[in-house]
Amino acid sequence: MARVKFLCDADRCIDCNACVTACKNANEVPWGINRRRVVTINDGKPGERSVSMACMHCTDAPCAAVCPVDCFFTTADAVVLHSKDLCIGCGYCFYACPFGAPQYPKLGNFGSRGKMDKCTYCSGGPEGADGSAAEFAKYGANRMAEGKLPLCAEMCSTKALLAGDGEIIAQIYRERVLKRGYGSGAWGWQTAYKETVNV
Amino acid sequence: MFKAALIALLLAAAIPTAHAQAPSRQEAPASGFNPTATEVKEQDLLNALSKVEGRISIPDTRAATLIQPAGQTWRDYRRGPLLWITAAIVLGMMALLTLFYLIRGRIRIEGGRGTRTVLRFGAFERFMHWVTAASWCVLAVSGLNIVAGSRVLLPLIGQDAFSTVSGWLKYSHNFLAFPFTSGVVLMLLVWVRHNIPNRMDLEWFRQGGGLFGHRHPHSRKFNGGQKAVFWIVVLGGGALAATGFTLMFPFYITDVTGMQLAQIAHGGVSLLMIGAMLGHIYIGSVGMEGALDAMNSGQVDRKWAAAHHDLWLAEVDAKSTPSGHPAE
Repeated sequence: MARVKFLCDADRCIDCNACVTACKNANEVPWGINRRRVVTINDGKPGERSVSMACMHCTDAPCAAVCPVDCFFTTADAVVLHSKDLCIGCGYCFYACPFGAPQYPKLGNFGSRGKMDKCTYCSGGPEGADGSAAEFAKYGANRMAEGKLPLCAEMCSTKALLAGDGEIIAQIYRERVLKRGYGSGAWGWQTAYKETVNV
Repeated sequence: MFKAALIALLLAAAIPTAHAQAPSRQEAPASGFNPTATEVKEQDLLNALSKVEGRISIPDTRAATLIQPAGQTWRDYRRGPLLWITAAIVLGMMALLTLFYLIRGRIRIEGGRGTRTVLRFGAFERFMHWVTAASWCVLAVSGLNIVAGSRVLLPLIGQDAFSTVSGWLKYSHNFLAFPFTSGVVLMLLVWVRHNIPNRMDLEWFRQGGGLFGHRHPHSRKFNGGQKAVFWIVVLGGGALAATGFTLMFPFYITDVTGMQLAQIAHGGVSLLMIGAMLGHIYIGSVGMEGALDAMNSGQVDRKWAAAHHDLWLAEVDAKSTPSGHPAE
């Protein structure tokens, strides 16, 4: 399959946080952890924009490069997954991640970092049977194995958040910008993929 | 009339076609209001502040940092220069010490060990030294494992075993930070008065500390080299504690940018200290006959003491015989 990505059309995002809620519900995300969140830039000022952000499943993912136990895997769809069996909760992926995606349940001593949790692009985990109860408990839903896209994008009320083949969602976004005449760009793409959507 | 209308209709139909042929040009907004005029731009924010931050409605306020590309710079440092610096310092120092051993050999007590000893370090001094030393060894090994273990140990024992070992090493790194820090503080308090640099140390360094040849520069309780070790441990250990606790309690002290810098400082100081301590361990064990006794039983050979710490030995002797007469 192709290279999947997220794209948040900030001109459509209304900061409703439905993606955040959908993600928490679909994946039974641990208390205190948000795999996806909505950040409002220039809040209350002219030109304010809201951007829904989770793991961007980067090309040459910084988290994977810095992991001291090499627990990251990239799927055929270019989704970046990590093994919670191998993760030691050191926190390095958080320092490296440009998008603040990795989070740690407060389980351990002092450092209070348990095994890292982040968006899996609704692809479950790297090990075990797809869609198994064990996989769900550890990583959350595996919608991709069922042929479905991540729930955050699927149920976005304004269709601001797009998920799917990077080429296709870039084309959808390009057409939108052409049609309506403006667009603040694909937030995070330059950082995550070293390319942006040119309109 | 009909012809003119037809031409107008054709023209109207042609306009969107022209747009379709040049898809890179945006149409004027249908509403007449152009939100792009005031809109916040990602690249402008990144250029101005090097990161994008905003307001967030979930309780986790640290998630308000939307994009911080500095993480990629940190990644490039960690997977590139850090590995080379680590290899250069650890392997380089070991090679240097091996070379020194091959050339100079073990520094012997001239004329062999004597029969009489003198107390160099009391029980408490030895205790605080070994608490610091033992925890430092585990901290150094677990730290090096984080830096390079996945390239050195992982291929040997496999991913599952390596992950288990690294997990335990991470816990030991966190826990042993406390005895290490306590040991450094104790050593500072107990030994600082013997470690104030003075003119004698310059002379000691000028003579190369007696490492080469058989002359022994004058020295009191600690010679120039030992004072250097003391200050490396106190200042280096202090820096390691400060940066280490910053990393151990994420977000209590600083944000993600601060933690990246703290990690770089922590690693850099650690490596300098590992280099220095390899030298300290060498000269305190295989490198010099009689040196390990000082920290082992605390009793050193008087001949060793006379050679390496002549002025200190004289002070001790003077104290043990308050009348001023020599003991023998």
